[in-house]
Amino acid sequence: MAAPAVKQDGLHDCRDAWARTIEDLAAQDPRIVVVVNDSVGSSKLGGFQKKHADRLINVGIAEQNMVGVSAGLANGGRIPFVSAASCFLTGRALEQVKADVAYANFNVKLVGQSSGVAYGELGPTHHSIEDFAWLRPLNNISIVVPADAWETAEAVKWAASHEGPVYIRLSRMPVPDLEVADRKFAHGKAELVRDGSDVTLIACGTMVHLAAKAAADLEAEGISARVLNMGTITPLDEAAIASAAHETGAIVTIEEANIHGGLGGAVAEYTASSEPVPVERMGFPGFVPTGSVEWLFDHFGLTAEGIARTARKAIGRKRA
Amino acid sequence: MSTNDIAQTIREKALWMRRRAFTMVFDARLGHPGGDFSAIDIIATLYFGVMRYDPKKPEMAERDRFIMSKGHATGALYTGLCAAGYFPEDWLNTYMQPQSKLNGHPNRNYLPGVETNTGPLGHGVPVALGIAIAGQLTNADYRTFVLTGDGELQEGSNWEAAMTAGNRKLGKLTLIVDRNRLQQGMGTEETNGLDPLDDKFRAFGWDVEMVDGHDVDALLTALSEPAGGRTKPLCIIANTIKGKGVSFMENIASWHHGVPNAEQHTTALEELI
Ligand SMILES: Cc1ncc(C[n+]2csc(CCOP(=O)(O)OP(=O)(O)O)c2C)c(N)n1
Ligand SMILES: [Mg+2]
Repeated sequence: MAAPAVKQDGLHDCRDAWARTIEDLAAQDPRIVVVVNDSVGSSKLGGFQKKHADRLINVGIAEQNMVGVSAGLANGGRIPFVSAASCFLTGRALEQVKADVAYANFNVKLVGQSSGVAYGELGPTHHSIEDFAWLRPLNNISIVVPADAWETAEAVKWAASHEGPVYIRLSRMPVPDLEVADRKFAHGKAELVRDGSDVTLIACGTMVHLAAKAAADLEAEGISARVLNMGTITPLDEAAIASAAHETGAIVTIEEANIHGGLGGAVAEYTASSEPVPVERMGFPGFVPTGSVEWLFDHFGLTAEGIARTARKAIGRKRA
Repeated sequence: MSTNDIAQTIREKALWMRRRAFTMVFDARLGHPGGDFSAIDIIATLYFGVMRYDPKKPEMAERDRFIMSKGHATGALYTGLCAAGYFPEDWLNTYMQPQSKLNGHPNRNYLPGVETNTGPLGHGVPVALGIAIAGQLTNADYRTFVLTGDGELQEGSNWEAAMTAGNRKLGKLTLIVDRNRLQQGMGTEETNGLDPLDDKFRAFGWDVEMVDGHDVDALLTALSEPAGGRTKPLCIIANTIKGKGVSFMENIASWHHGVPNAEQHTTALEELI
C-alpha cells in the first residue's frame, strides 16, 4: 500500500521501533511468532523475516484466517504478534478478534499498523478510525496507543510479558519524541505530559504532540492546560480522569479516530456517570473526504490551534 | 465495426489509459501502477468491446455491470470510466487531491459508473454475485463482470461466493482473475499458492477459460456470450504481467505501489507508444 513517506529530522516512524523491538524479543524468546497478511513491507518486518524466517507466518491476504490462526498458535504455546494494517486487522477480522481472541481469551497480540487516517488519500476503506469503538467493548483486550518511538518499544515489550490479549495501535506518521522527564512505562496509567489547572487535554497516539503544543500556546494567553497522554484506553485510568475533572473542571479529548466510541467516548462515559464536567471530543465525525493526512488533520481542526480553540470552548462551558 | 476495428480501438484506448494512469500516479505521488497495467487491457476490452452501457444513464436497469474488486488499481478503473464517457477528462487531474471524487479507491457515491465501493480485497465477488442473483430473480438480460487480483483470491469471501454462484448456475456472471502472479510483497505462489486455480473453479461448478490477458482478440473471444447463453458462471483466468508495457516495471513486485521519478515517467511515456 502506498502512503506518503515524510522524512524530517528528529521525527520517527514508530514502525521502526516496533520492528527493532520484536526482532530483539524473538531472539530472546523462541515462543514469539509474527503473523502477517502480505504485510511484511508495510509492517517493516524485512529484518525479522531474515533473522527468524520460520517464525514469520504469512497467511496471504486473508485476515480472518490470520487472526484465527493466531488464536491457534496461542493454544499451541506460542506468543503470536499479528501485524497488519489496522483497518483490515480490526475490521475484516472483527468476529475472529471477538470470538477467537477476546471471548476465548487467548494470549494474542494484535498490532495495528498505519492506523487512524495514515492512509489519507486511499480513503475510508483504508482508514482505521472505528477500531477503538469496535474493540472497546471487548474489554479483556487491552488497547494500547503509543505516542512515540520509545513508548512503542515499551508497549511491545510489555505486551510480550503480559498474559492476555492486547491491541497495540501504531501509526506510520513520523512523530517527535515526547518531552517528559524520567519516563517510565506504566500500562493502564495516564502519563502527565504537562500540569495545568484550567482544563485538561486528554490525547493518545499522534495527537499527544499536538495537545502539548496547544497547551504551550494556551499558556501564552494565560490559560493553564493539563495534558495527559492516555496511552492505554483499556483499562482506562479513571483516577486520572477523576482528578482532571475535579482539579480543572473541563476536558478536551483528542484522538486520530472517530469521535464515537473511542477515547472521547470512554472519557465521556466515565465523567457522565461519575464526575460530570464539560467534555469536548475531537476526532473525526464519520467517513472523511479524500485527502492527505495533513489536509485531513487541518480540515477537522486537529491542529494545535484547533485544540486551543476547543479548550477555550470547554472552559466557557464550565458552570459558574 | 469489424472485429479487427474493435480490437484496434481497444488497443488504442488501452494505450491512452496506460499513459494517462501513469501520469496520474506521477502527479499524485501515490497509486498502484503495477496492478493498473496488468488490468488495463481487460478493462478496455470490457468497455470498448463487450459491455452494454450508456454513460449518460449510469443507473439504467438493463446495463451490464462491471465491478472492480481489485479496487487499488484506480489508475486503470478511472481512465477506463473516463474513456467510456462517464466523466470529463479534467477530473483525472484531481486524482487523490483533497475532496476529489477520485479517491485512492473507488466510491460509487462520488463517481458515475462505479457500481460499488471497493478497496478492501475480497468484496467484489459477493457483490457481483448479488447483482447476478437479482438478474436471475427478475429474468434480466444484463451480464455481471467482476475483476479480481490473484493474491486477492486468498480471501475466503471469494470462495464462499464462488460456491454459491456455482450452485445457483449463474450463467450471466463472469469473474476475470488478473493472474499476474504477484501480490503486494512477492509472488502469489511463494506467499500462499493458488495453483491449480482452474481446477479449483471447476470444482466449484464454474466454466473456466485461460487466456493471455494482454491479447485483445483472445479476451474478446473469451468474453463473448455464446448463443443460448451459459448454464454455469464463467471464470476467465487472464494470464497477465504486472506492470505490462513498461520495461522497467514488468514483473517487479515493488511497482505494486511504486511511484515513478521524473526520469522514469519520461522513459515510460517514450515506451508507451
Ligand atoms: C482485505 C485487504 N487486505 C490487505 C489489503 C492490502 N493490499 C492492497 S493491494 C494488495 C495486494 C493485492 O494483490 P493482487 O490481488 O494480486 O492484486 P494485483 O497484483 O492485481 O495488484 C494488498 C495486500 C487490502 N487492500 N485489503
Ligand atoms: Mg496479483
